[in-house]
Amino acid sequence: MKEKTKSIKVDYLARVEGEGGLHVKIKDGEVTDVKFNIFEPPRFFEAFLRGRMYTEAPDITARICGICPIAYQMSSVHAMENALGAKVDGQLRALRRLIYCGEWIESHALHVYMLHAPDFLGYEDAILMAKDHPEVVKQGLELKKIGNELVTLVGGREIHPINVKVGGFYKTPDKKDLKKFAKKLTWAQGAAHDMINFVSKLKFPDFAPKYEYVSLRHPDEYPFCEGRIVSNKGIDIAIEEYEQYFEEQHVRHSTSLHSSIKKRGAYSTGPMARYNLNFDKLYPVAQEAALKAGLKEKCDNPFKSIIVRSVETLQAIEDALKIIENYEQPEKPSVELTPKASRGCGCSEAPRGSLYHRYSLDDQGLILDAKIVPPTSQNQKIIESDLWKFVPKFMKLSHDELTWKCEQVIRNYDPCISCSCHFLKLTVERE
Amino acid sequence: MKQNGKAKLAVFKFASCDGCQLSILDCEDELLAVAGAVEIANFPEASRAVVKGPYQVSLVEGSITTPHDAERIHKIRRASKFLVTIGACATAGGIQALRNYKDVKQFTSAVYANPSYISTLQNSTPISDHVPVDYELRGCPVNKYQLVEVLNAYLNRRKPNISPHSVCMECKMRGTTCVMVAQGIPCLGPITHAGCGAICPSYNRGCYSCFGPKETCNTKALAKRFKVMGLQGHELVRLFRSFNAEADEFKKESVFHERED
Repeated sequence: MKEKTKSIKVDYLARVEGEGGLHVKIKDGEVTDVKFNIFEPPRFFEAFLRGRMYTEAPDITARICGICPIAYQMSSVHAMENALGAKVDGQLRALRRLIYCGEWIESHALHVYMLHAPDFLGYEDAILMAKDHPEVVKQGLELKKIGNELVTLVGGREIHPINVKVGGFYKTPDKKDLKKFAKKLTWAQGAAHDMINFVSKLKFPDFAPKYEYVSLRHPDEYPFCEGRIVSNKGIDIAIEEYEQYFEEQHVRHSTSLHSSIKKRGAYSTGPMARYNLNFDKLYPVAQEAALKAGLKEKCDNPFKSIIVRSVETLQAIEDALKIIENYEQPEKPSVELTPKASRGCGCSEAPRGSLYHRYSLDDQGLILDAKIVPPTSQNQKIIESDLWKFVPKFMKLSHDELTWKCEQVIRNYDPCISCSCHFLKLTVERE
Repeated sequence: MKQNGKAKLAVFKFASCDGCQLSILDCEDELLAVAGAVEIANFPEASRAVVKGPYQVSLVEGSITTPHDAERIHKIRRASKFLVTIGACATAGGIQALRNYKDVKQFTSAVYANPSYISTLQNSTPISDHVPVDYELRGCPVNKYQLVEVLNAYLNRRKPNISPHSVCMECKMRGTTCVMVAQGIPCLGPITHAGCGAICPSYNRGCYSCFGPKETCNTKALAKRFKVMGLQGHELVRLFRSFNAEADEFKKESVFHERED
């Protein structure tokens, strides 16, 4: 084979949330261009949040994403409470963790069984996979349902829950309802072990690029809504310092902005980052399951994110059970807040990565300015960097196989393209 | 049209959060049965496989916000026997229709480094502004059981059995005490289309109208009542201008109070 130019093109990427495509150019066996092309239409959330009341933020920002609305609600309520100097503690804090557990379970189960596993087994979708592996898919759906039911139990509805409020909740659940639900979670524990076992047997390409991982880290817990932002290359900052270290860029081929660490570049956020930076905070049972599934305390192969997600599913189930066991219905569903001119930020760990919000409010509590940085914006650069490294290594695959594998490289990150295209405020352009 | 005796089902997405099409995958108990009853011909969120049209039923999520999408919807209409819009975005322009009350060019350049890279329309509009629609399923998000009902109805060539009454009726059926009467909480329930099961009042908060206006709703009377309760004009504007801001009845009411304020 002599000089040859070919390209890998996927016009409409399947099994991700939102609209994106992929274009890789190859010349003489060298990759010359990679574009993870996001063409999801912009939705202008930051712009129209201006002039809305701070109390509306959890309901409005939930609409950025139907798959991870809790993440948007949690980052926004924490940012607002940070602005107004409120502390939501005790059982209310525990309930917030509980609803987030539900979202992790449903979102991870959706991704692992419906979006990601079919890639490894060569099926176009989970429905075709169900014909050959009915028990696996059924168990996956049941697990996903339990995650959704937990979100509904605390939040009132599985998509765009209505019960999350700045300061706490509108109504707290009854102890007896949560206790009753614990039985389902006990079943889910077993299912999560099966899930980890199932994904550990998949075949993974030999691929382990070195990354800078970024996630929250909490002194006592596997991270959800609080802690410091840390990386394996020395970042260790308060959430308030986020914008001093991270920036967004606008490139032509994407309606979602590219995030990077200032003067350093791409980084990875999400399950892989959380796992690599917080292995010691996993419950022993989750640590043990991870090691048994063949993971080490650190994992650099992004294809193995499917195992990490399964381990995190178990972690979330264990956490939910623990929260329910210690639950006492609080006297009041929320703490009192008084609007004032202020500025605050919040960061929480969406299933697919860190989600940063920052708001400025006027003295009436109206939003003057909003900035939202979703996980997919943060992972876009690393997705492209993976493709640059992956394609040359696997050039021997047939065109169709390589195309499918490249799609999978993107799906490893469970990108939520709808999330990432709501338009962020931005200052810098570099190409 | 049919292959192996099964109707072809397609799902298309425009500007949206993906939540309404996710409702299909959230039918955990029914999903495999639905997938067995139809040929899923085009559903990118769930499958790589794409089967060409025509499709017996196309479910359309999201609103029209770009010149490209304004053309794409015509192609989808031509390829679809029944076209059903799912959710507030497709049915009423969605939350992104809040742009319709501002100058979109101004905030594209205000918030974006390279406005020239961006192709977007001034307004976010519902699908029915562009092509004829056979059925509009409301909600932000849709109710997944209603979604299965609509699908079932079109596959079996009958009218979907979706109640057109207000959220108030659902509150009564649920046995929830009226939050407006008993607690003085402003609630859009009286003018909002049923479908959610009246969740918010049962959580001690007023309905914020995820399902948009019900038929022949009296927005004026409710706004008057809100004013008696002490709400100011700008608060009324925000109440009527949210997830279904572009629905005619809500639009009229919000514009009226904006002028008055």
